[in-house]
Amino acid sequence: MVSGKGGTGKTTVAAALALALAREGRRTLLVEVEGRQGIAQLFGAEALPYEERKIAVAPAGGGEVYALAIDAERALLDYLQMFYKLGSAGRALKKLGAIDFATTIAPGLRDVLLTGKACEAVRRKDKAGRYVYDHVIMDAPPTGRITRFLNVNDEVAGLARFGPIHNQAQAVMKVLKSPETAVHLVTLLEEMPVQETADGIAELQAAGLPVGRVVVNMVRPHHLDEEALGSAAGERRADVAKALSRAGLGGSRRGGLAERLVDPLLAQAAEHTGRVKLEREQRSVLEGLDVPTYELPLLGTGMDLAGLYELATELRKQAVDE
Amino acid sequence: MSGPETSEKLVGDEMGLDTPPVLAVDTLLDDPKTRIIVCCGSGGVGKTTTAAALGVRAAERGRKVVVLTIDPARRLAQSMGIASLGNTPSKVAGVSGHGGELHAMMLDMKRTFDEIVEAHAEGERARAILANPFYQSLSAGFAGTQEYMAMEKLGQLRARDDWDLIVVDTPPSRSALDFLDAPKRLGSFLDGKFIRVLMAPAKVGGRAGMKFLNVGMSLMTGTLSKLMGASLLRDVQTFVAAMDTMFGGFRTRADATFRLLQAPGTAFLVVAAPEPDALREAAYFVERLAAERMPLAGLVLNRVHGSDARQLSAERALAAAENLEDAGIVDQESGKAGLRDSDADTGTTDTGTPDTGTTDTGSPGADMSDADVDEITVGLLRLHAERMQVIAREQRTRDRFTSLHPEVAVAEVAALPGDVHDLAGLRAIGERLATGVPAGA
Ligand SMILES: Nc1ncnc2c1ncn2[C@@H]1O[C@H](COP(=O)(O)OP(=O)(O)OP(=O)(O)O)[C@@H](O)[C@H]1O
Ligand SMILES: Nc1ncnc2c1ncn2[C@@H]1O[C@H](COP(=O)(O)OP(=O)(O)O)[C@@H](O)[C@H]1O
Ligand SMILES: [Mg+2]
Ligand SMILES: [Mg+2]
Repeated sequence: MVSGKGGTGKTTVAAALALALAREGRRTLLVEVEGRQGIAQLFGAEALPYEERKIAVAPAGGGEVYALAIDAERALLDYLQMFYKLGSAGRALKKLGAIDFATTIAPGLRDVLLTGKACEAVRRKDKAGRYVYDHVIMDAPPTGRITRFLNVNDEVAGLARFGPIHNQAQAVMKVLKSPETAVHLVTLLEEMPVQETADGIAELQAAGLPVGRVVVNMVRPHHLDEEALGSAAGERRADVAKALSRAGLGGSRRGGLAERLVDPLLAQAAEHTGRVKLEREQRSVLEGLDVPTYELPLLGTGMDLAGLYELATELRKQAVDE
Repeated sequence: MSGPETSEKLVGDEMGLDTPPVLAVDTLLDDPKTRIIVCCGSGGVGKTTTAAALGVRAAERGRKVVVLTIDPARRLAQSMGIASLGNTPSKVAGVSGHGGELHAMMLDMKRTFDEIVEAHAEGERARAILANPFYQSLSAGFAGTQEYMAMEKLGQLRARDDWDLIVVDTPPSRSALDFLDAPKRLGSFLDGKFIRVLMAPAKVGGRAGMKFLNVGMSLMTGTLSKLMGASLLRDVQTFVAAMDTMFGGFRTRADATFRLLQAPGTAFLVVAAPEPDALREAAYFVERLAAERMPLAGLVLNRVHGSDARQLSAERALAAAENLEDAGIVDQESGKAGLRDSDADTGTTDTGTPDTGTTDTGSPGADMSDADVDEITVGLLRLHAERMQVIAREQRTRDRFTSLHPEVAVAEVAALPGDVHDLAGLRAIGERLATGVPAGA
């Protein structure tokens, strides 16, 4: 499960994780549940149907990535079909808005359908009795909703105390609480996402759900050591101007290009230092959470398949380094 | 892209002729006819920050303002004194000037829903609704409840007529359009066909009423009860019956607030970061507002990067950094090559040649401290190159938006180095919003 505050890179990290596993030769299913076609967009593919599709084959390693966009309505109809052979009654229910009703009025019901479909993929075996997928990775709802989403048992308990929905919820819960599941949380080194991550971890743990890792995403490179910068800002101003001049940027005397560049460059550096300091504060908050982390760099050129592979390589490197 | 109109715009774009009009924020804030400002946009772009900053600025310019925030960052909420949920506005200390006042509140979605129930049902029935598991699930988690309740709260604040300006933040939904769509969705859902089907048996007296239903209906209810379990179905029916009288009300209220948003005293500000996703959402929203005849005041472009050393291009900065890295030996050739792609600035006040006659020029015997300075300078140059690349990327993204919507006025807000979590930070944002202090200044 990959969760995190909105916009921190859940979809991206989930996809990179799937590619990383494919490179190890594994077959992975990447699922999304919010009907946004984020995976298709990321891979530059057509909108995913409600059907498992191969979207990538690792150039090395031989593993594959399949993708599926789970839709609660379809999952409910499938479910009805499977257990009750409803046929046209299912269509009638749909026409009346019953399916819409059932999947919206009770978010718990909707969630049990979504997680249920993912768990079905986790447990599915081929004719030889081997698991069809080595891993199932879900681009899950954001941190604020993840615990409710996964804690379907509790959510549905108040609504359905027995019956098929109740049973389904119990089966799902067993998979989700097992050591085979991990909930990873993606964050940035900024106050709000880090705060949400801390809250999310506490909630997951309180619900007995397995917290995996914190993935710190979009980490910026640091070019300057801050102490050196401190001295540059002070008495070395003139020396910096000379260095700029030596580098081919005009005169360092008053009015020269190098001299005029010093102040703005130092101001930018001071700003950078401020941000580095804030990032360090957020990093120490994350350390205090006592959850292992991965770090992924900010890619300067926007996200494409090459970028995803770069992140995948980074994830593998960090997994091996442990 | 196709069609003559598009290609014409593309030409303008290429020639860099498209500069959008500047959004006059103070004029908007000062105009007594401006009664409601709605800040919308996709998640994380700075809606809450912008709403709060506008509130502070308007109050300090003399207006009596209330800001309705949704999910503010914790420290920001604390500094405005609204961290504890009250679901009613309270006065923000430390904001004054020209007789203005700032009140602020944080939306409590569940509380707002409960209040509607309490206002529309008498004691016993209200209690039954509030205790129903379906109500609890709906009020806490229905996708769109937050948007609906934000609208509801806006309607309430407007009805009180205690403020001359209401600034509304919108929920952190993935899409800016959710704010407009969700209330209708919830309204039509609560008014829907299926609910009426469910309600029929409950209305005529619970389970006994089943026999009055036609065969098709009982088949349906039978299927449902098989699926959901009889007790679950009963809960739903009780809930639906208890809410019965309120359904029409929900729809009517949502419609009324929707009309309020179309009124001339309302101004929408679309907030976006200069990033492709956020600006794509902003473009959708601009088009949607036009279709709904809702008044758009302009685009707030938040977290824009700037530089006071724009005359130094990224390429040239990187070339200079490489020069220094070559063991302190100035490579005159590549140094000059770096200058070639530079702007007019070089030729005028500057000779373009390095200092001569000083001991530090290209001297192989440069001491340790010179090496340190070089290292720092290399860092400064690389940092600048990166900044220039960010600026160029942001500019391309903005140009794309402007070529689609050249008529939309824009206010730029620089990315501040830290978070915005106190009144001073909000004032700084407000100042930038109003005066367009260029990014980097
Ligand atoms: N390491 C990275 N370097 C550069 N850009 C990144 C990185 N990770 C993510 N992004 C970009 O950040 C944006 C948000 O990422 P993504 O869509 O994966 O986030 P999300 O958490 O799934 O968002 P949402 O909450 O909207 O589903 C995208 O434009 C993506 O390309
Ligand atoms: N111009 C800015 N410079 C620096 N930080 C900003 C700026 N605008 C917003 N922020 C920060 O970005 C984060 C998200 O802002 P917020 O207003 O809560 O976004 P939204 O309401 O759109 O989700 C906050 O931590 C806020 O302090
Ligand atoms: Mg996503
Ligand atoms: Mg917000």
